Amino acid sequence: MKNKYSIFSLVKNAFSYHENWEKAWKDPTPKKEYDAVIIGGGGHGLATAYYLAKKHGMKNIAVVEKGWIGGGNTGRNTTIIRSNYLWDASAGLYDHALKIWENLSQELNYNVMFSQRGVMNLAHNLQDVRDLKRRTHANRLNGIDSIYLTTEEVKKFCPIINTSQEIRYPVLGGTLQKRAGTARHDAVAWGYARGADEMGVDIIQNCEVKGIKRTFDSVEGIETTKGFIKTKKIGVVAAGHSSVIASMVGLRLPLESKPLQALVSEPVKPIIDTVVMSNAVHAYISQSDKGELVIGAGTDDYISYTQKGSHDIVEGTLNAILELYPIFSRMRMLRQWGGIVDICPDASPIISKTSIKGLYFNCGWGTGGFKATPGSGDLFAHTIANDEPHKLNAAFNLNRFVSGDLVDEHGAAAVAH
Amino acid sequence: MFLINCPFCGEREQSEFKAGGEAHISRPKQPTELSDDEWAEYLFMRKNIKGIQFERWNHSHGCRKWFNIARDTSNDQIKAVYKMGQKPPVI
Repeated sequence: MKNKYSIFSLVKNAFSYHENWEKAWKDPTPKKEYDAVIIGGGGHGLATAYYLAKKHGMKNIAVVEKGWIGGGNTGRNTTIIRSNYLWDASAGLYDHALKIWENLSQELNYNVMFSQRGVMNLAHNLQDVRDLKRRTHANRLNGIDSIYLTTEEVKKFCPIINTSQEIRYPVLGGTLQKRAGTARHDAVAWGYARGADEMGVDIIQNCEVKGIKRTFDSVEGIETTKGFIKTKKIGVVAAGHSSVIASMVGLRLPLESKPLQALVSEPVKPIIDTVVMSNAVHAYISQSDKGELVIGAGTDDYISYTQKGSHDIVEGTLNAILELYPIFSRMRMLRQWGGIVDICPDASPIISKTSIKGLYFNCGWGTGGFKATPGSGDLFAHTIANDEPHKLNAAFNLNRFVSGDLVDEHGAAAVAH
Repeated sequence: MFLINCPFCGEREQSEFKAGGEAHISRPKQPTELSDDEWAEYLFMRKNIKGIQFERWNHSHGCRKWFNIARDTSNDQIKAVYKMGQKPPVI
């Protein structure tokens, strides 16, 4: 049993100059065999292991991670959490996650700094206005809080936005989800890792999967840089590298991996207390608790695994930011980075069984996976433990690309993917 | 961010081009004969290779012509540029 984090443990550890804190997770050498192995130690993978142990009683499991936990897209996103998706299946999926977020810090005894500061989406042309109104109605029918704002209400909610009707893409209105917000991305990975470790999950870092051993119709284990690990169930949560893992068993996935960029400015005093996203001009912005402006840009249109991305994408985003927020014209950017996102043709994820028994994929989250971390882990754990999808992720199966029953969230998901 | 040697215009910045995805996916010869699985394979399934990938590009802000390139997606280095209709080079 780990020591509980509290004000008392903080005071107690202050007396020893914070040098005797218990390790949040162990650094085990892999066992010969596990009941299930999760490939990928990001937020989604760690959450999957956590819920497998907590809700499905599977304690003999491992998470293998090529680098360090939370070092991929979990540590590279813009931390936005919302559930205002158009289609019923997506609304169910993302709002399931949002409901878990609301109590996650208490559940994990780890402050994930979840802040329901609201997410506002802007409309810049008449089609945007119609789309956002339609989405607001759809959200409310699904029990998701969502309201439509006029230009004046947008200005009132976020006064630094330039609502002049003279600019190239004037603000004609917007939507607001007040339960939406942000969370501290690293803390999510660390909180789930600590929780999973406490229940006996082995978190094995610096362990790259090199191959998957299989019989004709089922899996037998994985070849890694730390040796062979025998297992009957493999959950792949490898984000941008999902196709690489799939190719090890000769599977093809409907994915394209592309760089998605983000950047942060120098830290400044609080200036924007919400998250503002714009579909048409593709720029979104929020402010971290450290004071940095966190700005999300778009994806490149070519496949790449380089975690870099092109400068013209950043330039386009900053042009849009400056037109909407002239106050930021002299801000300096501190850091820029890219993450490799696996994009599905319908911009919806895949949480699914495959044609090979014991092999499960959780991928295709594209540009918006962070918000779903707890829900994704919960539903993927259910799918692995029962060998059947939960009703909330049944629509997100691999077979939808054969049946044609797509969940088309391209453009319907409140922001361009 | 990289340079692409357009076979018609010469070396230009990548931002002048539009990526057209995986190359050498041939259109079904008998669309009416295709099963749902084969349609899914043709329409959606991609190799999405980490390493040398053959792909189509269009010089959309230049000559507007299509051509193929072989590019290493792990470091964005272009290994070969070849015209539409030509067979992929051996790399």
